[in-house]
Amino acid sequence: MSETLWSERQKSTWRTKVGLAEMLKGGVIMDVTNAEQAKIAADAGAQAVMALERVPADIRAAGGVARMSDPRIIEDIQKTVTVPVMAKCRIGHFVEAQILEALGVDFIDESEVLTPADDRFHVDKQNFRVPFVCGCRDLGEALRRIGEGAAMIRTKGEAGTGDVVEAVRHLRTLCDGIRRLQLLPREELMAEAKELGAPYDLVVEVAQTGKLPVPNFSAGGVATPADAALMMQLGAEAVFVGSGIFKSEDPARRARAIVDSVAHYNDPEMLARLSYDLGPPMSGISVAGMLAEDRIAVRGW
Amino acid sequence: MAIIGVLALQGDFSRHIGVIEALGSSARAVRTPKEIAELDGLIIPGGESTTIGMLMQRFALLDAVRSAVQRGMALFGTCAGAILMATEISGSDQPRLGLIDMSVERNAYGRQIESFEADIGDEQLLPGSESLTAVFIRAPRITRIGTTVRVLARFESDPVLVQQGHLLAATFHPELTENRSIHAHFLKLSGHV
Repeated sequence: MSETLWSERQKSTWRTKVGLAEMLKGGVIMDVTNAEQAKIAADAGAQAVMALERVPADIRAAGGVARMSDPRIIEDIQKTVTVPVMAKCRIGHFVEAQILEALGVDFIDESEVLTPADDRFHVDKQNFRVPFVCGCRDLGEALRRIGEGAAMIRTKGEAGTGDVVEAVRHLRTLCDGIRRLQLLPREELMAEAKELGAPYDLVVEVAQTGKLPVPNFSAGGVATPADAALMMQLGAEAVFVGSGIFKSEDPARRARAIVDSVAHYNDPEMLARLSYDLGPPMSGISVAGMLAEDRIAVRGW
Repeated sequence: MAIIGVLALQGDFSRHIGVIEALGSSARAVRTPKEIAELDGLIIPGGESTTIGMLMQRFALLDAVRSAVQRGMALFGTCAGAILMATEISGSDQPRLGLIDMSVERNAYGRQIESFEADIGDEQLLPGSESLTAVFIRAPRITRIGTTVRVLARFESDPVLVQQGHLLAATFHPELTENRSIHAHFLKLSGHV
């Protein structure tokens, strides 16, 4: 077993991949479905946009199979904004990932929001030059994805609901997992790795450093400036906002307020001012009342 | 001891704080004009230059930084920070500080898949530092420098680390690698002893 940390043994591109994730900290990544929305998002201060055919709330409403976006939508958005453009591929669909890399997207989200293409395996992300972000609900899932090469982790939450409860639960669960590892004596880490279903070397690294080796963002259910600041205070390093902006009544104002609230997440007086007169947020769906089969966070292996 | 701040609106500010701490000093995360008024040196981190510039404008930080620089505060920008310090950004009217007499081109090396690492040799580097691996991420290129601007390091023929008085700018990310000589140099510019 090598004594150097797992991160230190990765190829040089690892530093540029995780480096971009580092640059995206402290900001908001917004879902957009066309060039016009991308412009609204960038003008509001989004530090990256996620190019999609439909926001998660509409994916839920439409039902059926959700797939990678049409390249035309992605290209239109790339031409419109100068900030990084991300796009989603289905879990395990490495050909969609190849296509997104060929289009020159800056980050690929191997996302549970789309219908999984593989019910057992994720994409081998080490083989790509483009960095990947993946969702997780707990530490084991996060470390499996990092082991496959994800350069950024986001807790999943429950996308397209506007209900922040799952985002909170997943982030708290992840943080609990990390704190627990720090308390374990070294000889218990192998059994713990088995328990978590996580690579041993990564378990050792997290036990030593007390944090994931890649940035950890929050997603799934953020609809207000207060929600975004809540996730930041709980320890998220940046926030993804999907349906929360363009399903609200005044997307431009709400987008800007959420960006400002992430920059000032620890300043309640500022947050109060930022929350004024934003108009109605997305109406949303309470996760507690949802059927088990409607939940998408459970996708991912 | 000099008081160092890192602008913590967006970007990899925590990495800069880590480097300053590794050098045995300390740095504050700053977000308001009041906090900036107290500093001897400020770092503007990597991130998205449009986002950081916009937030600086909204929260009256552009003027706060300009007047702090006028009274002698040292300033160090990496990547997005360097863009914000340039007087000219090609093809963009984004909010900026405009303090270093230079022109920059954003994302000049291409999209993320073109991001790279390169050794920037020691010949023009800071005194006493060895060769240094520079990480370029969606990096800008400095296309013109004024006569008051000194080039401290180049990659190929492009200036990648420049200094004008007590202002320092890098198009790469010294906060992501082990060599701390550039941050040490900045501490000196800030009057740190």
